[in-house]
Amino acid sequence: MKKAPIHRFADSPIHRFTHSPIFIALWLALLFLPFKGLEAAGVLFIVLFAAVSLLRVFKNYAGKIKGLLSSLKKFISGRIRIKLPESKTRSIALTLLMSVVVMALPFYGHDYLIDIAVLSGIYIILAQGLNIVVGFTGLLNLGFVAFYAIGAYSYALLNTKLGIGFWASLPLSVMLVTLSGFILAIPALRLKGDYLAIVTLGFGEIVRLVLNNWDSFTKGPNGIGGIEPPHIFGMQISRLGQFYYFIIIFVLLAVFIIRRVAASRIGRAWIAIREDEIASSSIGINTTAYKLYSFAFGAFWAGLAGVLFAAKMQFVSPESFTFMESVLILCMVILGGLGSIPGVILGAIILVMLPEMLREVQLYRMLALGSGLVMLMIFRPQGLMGGKGVSFRS
Amino acid sequence: MFTQQLINGLTLGGVYALIALGYTMVYGILELINFAHGEIYMLGAYLGIIFLGFFTAIGLTSYSLPLALILTFVLSVIFCSAYGFTIERIAYRPLRNAPRLSPLISAIGVSIFLQNYVMLTQGATDKIFPNLFEKAGMEFIGARVTYTQIFIMAASAVLMLSLNLFITKTRMGKAMRAVAQDKVMASLVGININTVISATFIIGSGLAAVAGLMVAAYYGLVNYSIGYIAGIKAFTAAVLGGIGSIPGAMFGGILLGLIESFSAAYISSEYKDAYAFIILIIILFIKPSGLFGKTQEEKV
Repeated sequence: MKKAPIHRFADSPIHRFTHSPIFIALWLALLFLPFKGLEAAGVLFIVLFAAVSLLRVFKNYAGKIKGLLSSLKKFISGRIRIKLPESKTRSIALTLLMSVVVMALPFYGHDYLIDIAVLSGIYIILAQGLNIVVGFTGLLNLGFVAFYAIGAYSYALLNTKLGIGFWASLPLSVMLVTLSGFILAIPALRLKGDYLAIVTLGFGEIVRLVLNNWDSFTKGPNGIGGIEPPHIFGMQISRLGQFYYFIIIFVLLAVFIIRRVAASRIGRAWIAIREDEIASSSIGINTTAYKLYSFAFGAFWAGLAGVLFAAKMQFVSPESFTFMESVLILCMVILGGLGSIPGVILGAIILVMLPEMLREVQLYRMLALGSGLVMLMIFRPQGLMGGKGVSFRS
Repeated sequence: MFTQQLINGLTLGGVYALIALGYTMVYGILELINFAHGEIYMLGAYLGIIFLGFFTAIGLTSYSLPLALILTFVLSVIFCSAYGFTIERIAYRPLRNAPRLSPLISAIGVSIFLQNYVMLTQGATDKIFPNLFEKAGMEFIGARVTYTQIFIMAASAVLMLSLNLFITKTRMGKAMRAVAQDKVMASLVGININTVISATFIIGSGLAAVAGLMVAAYYGLVNYSIGYIAGIKAFTAAVLGGIGSIPGAMFGGILLGLIESFSAAYISSEYKDAYAFIILIIILFIKPSGLFGKTQEEKV
């Protein structure tokens, strides 16, 4: 029998040479040469050569290592029987432990840590909002930050221009954002897949440009300062510890409501649309209406997060609402796992914490984020706690 | 004023069209928004400055300016094509059969990586492209046209025409069209899909590099962040013309350039960057598949 041509090609000396570690390292080093100079390219070559060779070795023995590990596991589980408590009691204990750790944070944590935790909370709400749109309904929104910006700016403007307090502006701002979600959704939902992505991206840019250029109203790039923090029963919530609990209430509210909605008829319709739009419309789901709900509901949470952000920072400027921010939120959702509520919480916390921990090597953290995204997609596209059965076709 | 804006718009439009071609070719074949494409354009601009600086340092520029320019041009294009090829190999090929969102995220990752890589190695401040042509130019019906502008318009026209010839007449062009139509069928008739996709990336990146070089010479300033906004606008241009369609991308690019330059002159220049998106939303609202795009029937 004749060999398939592809095998002959793979065996050819040219193919073997171009796939050898030395060639790969040389090629990549050469590409970086103009930007960094000869010396750095040389270092890069050595590092890459070592890395690629190691990877090769690892790949060759991957099967053996896996077999060894599994036999080891079998061996251990065969000999030692640890009686683990039942999974339900275990999960309750774990939840209790975690909630104690979370609730007591202001008593043992530094201000710095609490600050990051508050920020994580805001991003959790934001990422949950995007998860509704991208994770549940499967609509890629690349301009999600626009809703966040509208929320933050409407509270800032209502508060500084009209003197309306937090509790009165909160529903107003969130309603405004939800409305803008509807308005964007009407033209956007006629579009499919990537067209939708680019229109939402354009919407995000338009919002940012308006905020940046409408000097008389938004004070342009200078931003709006002196925003009032919220009050509860006449007590101003401005200390970090207080704000931490304040945010936790909203995070719990968001997670609770989104969980309930996701499990409801609406949530299941969203998932059906994500899995197969034609099939779901043929069983009587009004896909346009449900997509509209999804957009508006996602925008709702982004608006809430925006109001909280403005109240926490007491300052807003267009700089906080760039495209990179949209990408960051999307990364949180994808890192955590599309459509997984606990996953997205984890993703948000990791992506807020990670840059803070990498502050020492601050310059390189964006490089790490970029290459990390590529590697995540190649090695674990479903994210850390990826939703099972997510196919993501359109 | 009108002629001046027309010429400015055509210059800008030529550049957008060149970048948009890369987007549309990749999209036509892989259905992927190649977010890193704008960065290739930025890399092209930077490489131009780097190579020109290098040639000035070794004295080639003062020996023969045209030779130095041609070498810069050729080297930048070769390097950018190599970048495009490598990005596809590393970041997109392993995801060929992955869900639609995966390569898109991967592309965003590559884009972030390249932007920050250039910022780290070349600094966050604007880089100045050596002003070689002065501001020489000529009068043309009450408008001033610099030689750089003439060069940009001519070069983009020539490149677009030759690309069109390449796609319609050559063997590889035919293979590209076949792969864009149906990958499985194309591979069954003996087309090597991987080669075709690599070729697409190489050509698209080369065009982006030319655009980057020309913009660097035109504006005289280069920044690590120019790739993002130019990329987005070029993608808008590609969508305007109907993504996947090569004449559509050319037309969309030129249209976008004209729209931008006229609206900046007659309406307000503050929102210069927003017009592209507003037009895009309006056009997609009226014709969701772009101006030249075919509405695709969905197969169940």
